Amino acid sequence: MSERSNLRLIVLGILIFSLFATLILRLFYLQVMEGDEYRAAAANNAVREVVEPAVRGLILDQAGRPLVSNRTSIVVTINRQELNQESEKKGNEVITRLAEILGTTSESISERLLPCGTEGAPKPPICWNGSTYQAVPVASDVDPQTALTIMEKRSEFAGVTAKLTAVREYGGPFEVNAAHILGYLGPVTEEQIAEQGQSDAYDRLRRTDTIGRSGLESYYDTQLRGKPSVTTLEVDTLGQVTATIDQKPAVSGDYLVSTIDAKLQSVVEEQLVAAVQRAQGQGYPGDSGAAVVVDVRNGQVLAMASYPTYDPGIWVDGVSQKQYKSLVKSDSLSSNATQGLFAPGSTYKVVSTAAAGKEGYSLYSDYQCPKKLTLGTQTFRNYESAAYGRISLAKALEVSCNTVFYGLADQMWEAAGGNDATRDSADPIADTASMFGFGSPTGIDLPGDSAGRVAGRAFKVQNWEAKRDTWCANAITGYPETRKTDPKLADYYTALDRENCADGFRWREGDALNAAIGQGDTTVTPLQMAMAYAAIANGGTVYEPKLVKAIIGADGKVIERVAPTVKSKLELPKSTINFLQKSLPGVTTDGSGETPFIGFPLNQIPVASKTGSAQVTGDKVSTSWFASYAPANKPRYAIVMMVTQGGTGSKTSGPSVRKIYEALFGVDGTSVNPNKSVLIGGAPSKELPVIRPDGTPVTPKGKMSGMVTAAGSN
Amino acid sequence: MAKFSVRDRSDNSLVGAGSGSSRGNRGQGYWRDLDWILLVSGLALTILGSLLIWSASRADLASETDPHSYLKRHLINVVVAIALGYVASRLNYRWLRAYTPIIYGVSFFLLLLPFVPGIGVTVAGARAWIDLPGGLTLQPSEFMKIAIILMMAALLSEPQDIEDEPSGRDFLMALGAAALPICVILVQNDTGTVLVLGTVAISVIAVAGVRSRWLVALIGGSILSILLAIQLGLLKEYQVARLTSFISPEQDMGASAYNANQARIAIGGGGWFGTGLFEGPQTQGKFVPVNESDFIFTVSGEELGFLGSLVLILLLGVLLWRAAMIAWKADDQYGRLVATGVLAWLAFQTFENIGMTLGIMPITGIPLPLISAGGTSMMSVWIAIGLLQTVRLHEVRAAI
Repeated sequence: MSERSNLRLIVLGILIFSLFATLILRLFYLQVMEGDEYRAAAANNAVREVVEPAVRGLILDQAGRPLVSNRTSIVVTINRQELNQESEKKGNEVITRLAEILGTTSESISERLLPCGTEGAPKPPICWNGSTYQAVPVASDVDPQTALTIMEKRSEFAGVTAKLTAVREYGGPFEVNAAHILGYLGPVTEEQIAEQGQSDAYDRLRRTDTIGRSGLESYYDTQLRGKPSVTTLEVDTLGQVTATIDQKPAVSGDYLVSTIDAKLQSVVEEQLVAAVQRAQGQGYPGDSGAAVVVDVRNGQVLAMASYPTYDPGIWVDGVSQKQYKSLVKSDSLSSNATQGLFAPGSTYKVVSTAAAGKEGYSLYSDYQCPKKLTLGTQTFRNYESAAYGRISLAKALEVSCNTVFYGLADQMWEAAGGNDATRDSADPIADTASMFGFGSPTGIDLPGDSAGRVAGRAFKVQNWEAKRDTWCANAITGYPETRKTDPKLADYYTALDRENCADGFRWREGDALNAAIGQGDTTVTPLQMAMAYAAIANGGTVYEPKLVKAIIGADGKVIERVAPTVKSKLELPKSTINFLQKSLPGVTTDGSGETPFIGFPLNQIPVASKTGSAQVTGDKVSTSWFASYAPANKPRYAIVMMVTQGGTGSKTSGPSVRKIYEALFGVDGTSVNPNKSVLIGGAPSKELPVIRPDGTPVTPKGKMSGMVTAAGSN
Repeated sequence: MAKFSVRDRSDNSLVGAGSGSSRGNRGQGYWRDLDWILLVSGLALTILGSLLIWSASRADLASETDPHSYLKRHLINVVVAIALGYVASRLNYRWLRAYTPIIYGVSFFLLLLPFVPGIGVTVAGARAWIDLPGGLTLQPSEFMKIAIILMMAALLSEPQDIEDEPSGRDFLMALGAAALPICVILVQNDTGTVLVLGTVAISVIAVAGVRSRWLVALIGGSILSILLAIQLGLLKEYQVARLTSFISPEQDMGASAYNANQARIAIGGGGWFGTGLFEGPQTQGKFVPVNESDFIFTVSGEELGFLGSLVLILLLGVLLWRAAMIAWKADDQYGRLVATGVLAWLAFQTFENIGMTLGIMPITGIPLPLISAGGTSMMSVWIAIGLLQTVRLHEVRAAI
């Protein structure tokens, strides 16, 4: 044999040897080095979960009427696994046939089958967010005839199933809307899945789950959702079940017993719209508003409305991109009652009064009420520049004399050091405001409760620290863009910023005066205002507002009674609270709140109130406020209503607040009949609703069920 | 067809003298002179393969009346294959060489049969099978592997005049003998077999000692034509996809990538010792496709673990070592080339088959020698082992 042949045989041998060595090394790497990872993948491969969500708990009003219930809907689903076992042509035919009988296009079905994130898939919630093994819902509320056709022609609709599924039904008794209280459901988001972390608990959130995305549906989601039934199956590659590994039965979601009364809620919603219309009738925009009714003795919210609102039912079948955009544009998604921030105006004077009392100023002396107060170049005026001469503080509240409160604030500011005050000097009005609960979330059981802002020394410093860099930079550059067109304005801006840069942290006299009448940087939510007036009414306790008074099981067993929670106590001299309690009814009898209550039986039900017409920057119309509680001699309910760009508190909001009191107390003309109250028995029920064994609640009979008018809706 | 010289070089051997080759004790000499290591490792692999096939197929047939029917059919194939191997080992060297053109002709005829409608069967896209009565199928390309090796060996071992290397004419004829069936198999869409035959042809030509520049031209031309085929779109899209999907199986979830991924999960899950025979969840759950034939190594990986699979690979290594030694010691060019062809064939198939399940080679449909189910493959490999023994026996006798 030739040398060449020998050599080449050796080369071939070495080549083969090295290939074998490669195989062994690779095998070692896969099996020994990375084995754990693959073992986990193998375990995952062979186990499938079949998940059936539990029946979601109902949300009942305080009398047991369902505010949110479940109804059944026929949902058509496609099992992609089964569909994919058909040839591509056959699969497409199934989709085309299905689109035809559902009256839609095959594209709109196909795009729902695409897993989110794959090429060409539409954005959530249209694309499929779930696992490959879960059937994809492609249509809901399908009529039974169509469903029957699908189920009978199994061969033509491979992988397609129609089944009854529970969906949420909003639109409760008396056609209440309560959209911002109840919230809505939506598909679980990637963030929520990530937040949950690695979990293999059977009741963990899954991508296919729908969960509460807002309102009570969101806040109490865990309780309402219950626990799904999960069957863990061992399957082979064809999806054929080889064994049942585990079976967890479903646990129905718990029911919420809300503090809301459906009938009262419907009245409040109606009256808020009426107030808005009243504003618009006066030629004002009246673009948004809110109304809150709370029980002053425990902080329970009996009714709460926000304008504008939306139909919560639109979320049930999935909202389209277009619908969502219009919702966002109309600003109706957030609640003005808990999230809207507004200047409180004169309703805030109770805070200034309380601060004066706390600081030892005499509440029973007389004070000058000139038509204006001048401070350097700035003039601080009364509403419509009215002057009342020397009047008592009570009278000053009644007629809402700004200059009296300017005077008091000025004294307090001087006492704290005036212009020489440091950052840590006293700030009685801001401190008192915080005591009333302003500047911090109320603690209501809803997501997205705004804190608002209390103008004061602390805020000024905080604000300065945040904006200082911008101010100082602008002071140097001098607004070059503006300067091109308007050098004077640029000069003005530059001077302003230079001043702000240097000592924008300072709590100036003008700031102090503005703060005393609820103007300037102070913003509050209507709910905060209601809780503050409730605190005056109950003698000094600021409660956390609650929308749920109990959580009960689907079997009616009480799981939790929500006890009233105290947020803070008004640390004021008793005399100060007494003074406010004695003075505020005067506003209704003899002051700015008198007009809307003419003819109201104030002798039987005295009403304590305070109006507000808060100025808004720009040329906007003032915010109409009406804050109140009643009966003033035995306080029970606090009502606050406001309408932005609505004019005065007395003209726009006042009349609606009166109507709500009439409904609450059963006022008919000048007579008071508790039996005519919208609340059954004239007061919120002390008992919890009864749940029948089938899970339905026992609701009030006849007209008070509220369902007569609601029938046929939706 | 060329007429071959049937002259056996050993006839001229100067070392031919000695005892022990008399007709009387020929049978006894046969058993004594066999390469026992080769035989035993072949038998061990066949038994191991049968166990793996048993494990893989019983899951498929769990619902059938006889879950062992597949194994039984396999065992019949094994018996036939070993018998054919024995016959091959008994062949007379001279006779074999003389009949090579006929063997080649018959094999080539069989290779064309899959094209005949009613006889040909398409499996996994390759029209490479023919139907036989009794529900049996035959893959003629398996026999073609042997025929090509024998033909090339015969052509390239023609006695040379002066130089100790094949002539250009012999080289071209050998090349043609390989190229003709390769083209037919290419048309049948059996890419895997084409790669095996290409490797075999190049190895045989190389070891035959052809001029280096011919060899370089041949290897370069092969690589170029593969690239050209891809470039010109001669390979269908799925063929390219199959060849490239092994690079990142997790991303592309097409069918072949799915196979690669599931195969890796099965093997990776095996660990040091495996789950034990019949206990692998990937295997028993049928997550890995065709795991009694092309993907049988996944069964070994999962159920026998690293150590069991190492034994399997080492057994194949021993088999190939014996083939290499037979080639090395062969006393004539013909024997060396036959052994080299068998060596290259089995080595490439082993590396490609195991490599694809480990994700380092593209997925092609070729069996793991002696392990995978598939009667024709089993028979052809055992015939090849028989031929190795023939070469060995010739060499031993020549050496005596």
